[in-house]
Formats: sequence, structure tokens, C-alpha cells
Amino acid sequence: MIAFTSLTVGDVVAEQTFHLTRDSLVRYAGASGDFNSIHYRDDIAASVGLPGVLAHGMLTMGVAVQTVVNWIGDPGRVQDYQVRFTRPVVVDPTNGADVTVVAKVAALEEDGQVARIDLTATYEEQTVLGKAQVRVLFA
Amino acid sequence: MAVNPELQGREFAPTAPYLVGREKVREFSRAVFATNPINLDPDAARAAGYADVVAPPTFPVVVQEHTLAQLLAEPDAGIDFSRVVHGDQRFTYSRPIVAGDELTATLTVSSVKTLGGNSMVTADSVITDASGAHVVTAISTLVVRGDDA
Repeated sequence: MIAFTSLTVGDVVAEQTFHLTRDSLVRYAGASGDFNSIHYRDDIAASVGLPGVLAHGMLTMGVAVQTVVNWIGDPGRVQDYQVRFTRPVVVDPTNGADVTVVAKVAALEEDGQVARIDLTATYEEQTVLGKAQVRVLFA
Repeated sequence: MAVNPELQGREFAPTAPYLVGREKVREFSRAVFATNPINLDPDAARAAGYADVVAPPTFPVVVQEHTLAQLLAEPDAGIDFSRVVHGDQRFTYSRPIVAGDELTATLTVSSVKTLGGNSMVTADSVITDASGAHVVTAISTLVVRGDDA
């Protein structure tokens, strides 16, 4: 486990790129129970005016936090996690979509040994999540 | 049809208990690219102090799904699912979810706001274990696009 005292506000502590494919979307649909067809059918996505098949927002959210989990090494230490869905991730049938996540220390609460880690998730140079904050318990 | 403002404050009946299966945790973990052994391997989870494999942070969405279904099915809600976009999501934990947990979710609509023709509905799903202790609260804000939007 990383020592709480080793953290400094402003430090980038982790960065990771995730390659999403149509297979990822089908797998997430099955695992989560979200079978909205805009996440796997091009014809349906086009019929409602979308630029293509989109990743589930909850998939992007779920994947992004792995950057922090991989850094701390324990998924049970995430106490709070929130995001705003600001822009969709269009997943190309051939090339998929790369989402890059950067995790930065935003605040440290000495009393509770809790660090707030803010995430920046980008796809094609644009951020796709807003106010993406993870509270991690170090005690 | 607009979202019914009287939904604000409404509490729904608790959902039927959801038993968190070990294979379900593994399946969900793989789907969100979680590779930590604590998510996948019971021995690794026990070595880290957990009773069984730990669910990824966004796993409560599986349980929350049942409460959102209640909300959309509410006859007077006025929520057209085809116009719903997920705006915000938050999970606030008292403790991690592990395989073997039996979870029940109770939905309360904490806020209904109208903003420029769109409605924002915030739904809090309070998820408790078999003993009644709080595990996690899942908060979703749904944006329901107005007829003209």
C-alpha cells in the first residue's frame, strides 16, 4: 500500500489508456444488464441521430476508476466515486476507441487519511467525464 | 409529457434481495477491465482482509438498475425512457461489496428540476445488506429531454 504521507496535492499518480471495442460493449451490456441497443447496433444509433455506437457511460466510468485501483492495489479502498457524463465515446466497429485516464491528487484529508483523486478521461483529445472524483481511504 | 414535479420526495418499496454471486463479481470485473486479484480470486481477497472477492466500485449499478426500473414504470412519473440521458452518477460507500452479500435497494427521488425545457431527476438508491446496515448509496441524475429538445 502506498503511504498517505507520500502524497502531494497536484501530483499525477497514474495514467492508463484503455482500448474499448464493440466486444467490450457487448461484454459490459451482459455484465451490467444495460441492453440499450444504441450500445451495439449501428442502425439504431443512427436512427436516433447519434454519430455511431456509443460506449455505455457506466462502462467509461467503471473503466476509468481502474486507473486508481491499479495504483493503490485494492478496490475496497474506494469510498466514493462520482462523475458527470459530458461527452459520448463513439466506438468504431473496426478500430474501437482509446480512452486515456490521468489521475491526479486533488486534496488530502489528514484526519481521515482520505485522498481525493481527480480523473481526466479523454477520447480523441476531448474530455468525456466531468467532475470525476475518487475518494480513497489510506488508513 | 413533462416529468411530474410531485415525484420529488417520493420513496419506493425496497427491491427484492439481490444475492451477490462470486462469478457475477468476476464477470462484472472483466467487463470493466478490473484485473486486481482482490476482484477475482477469493484467496487474494481473504489475504487482503475481505470475506470474498470485492466488487468493483461501479458494481452497485447492477442493483440500482432495479430501482430505476421502478421509477420508469411509475404510472404518473411522465418519464419517457427514449428521452433519458444519464447525466451524473455517484457511489458513496460505508463498506465494499463482497460476494455473498444480500443487497436491498430503496429508491427515493431526491429532486426534480426543470431547466430550459429539460427535466433533471435525481434518484438516490440506498443499498443495505441482510442485517439492514448501509453498504452504499447510488445516486443517478437523469436528464429527460423536453419535447422540443
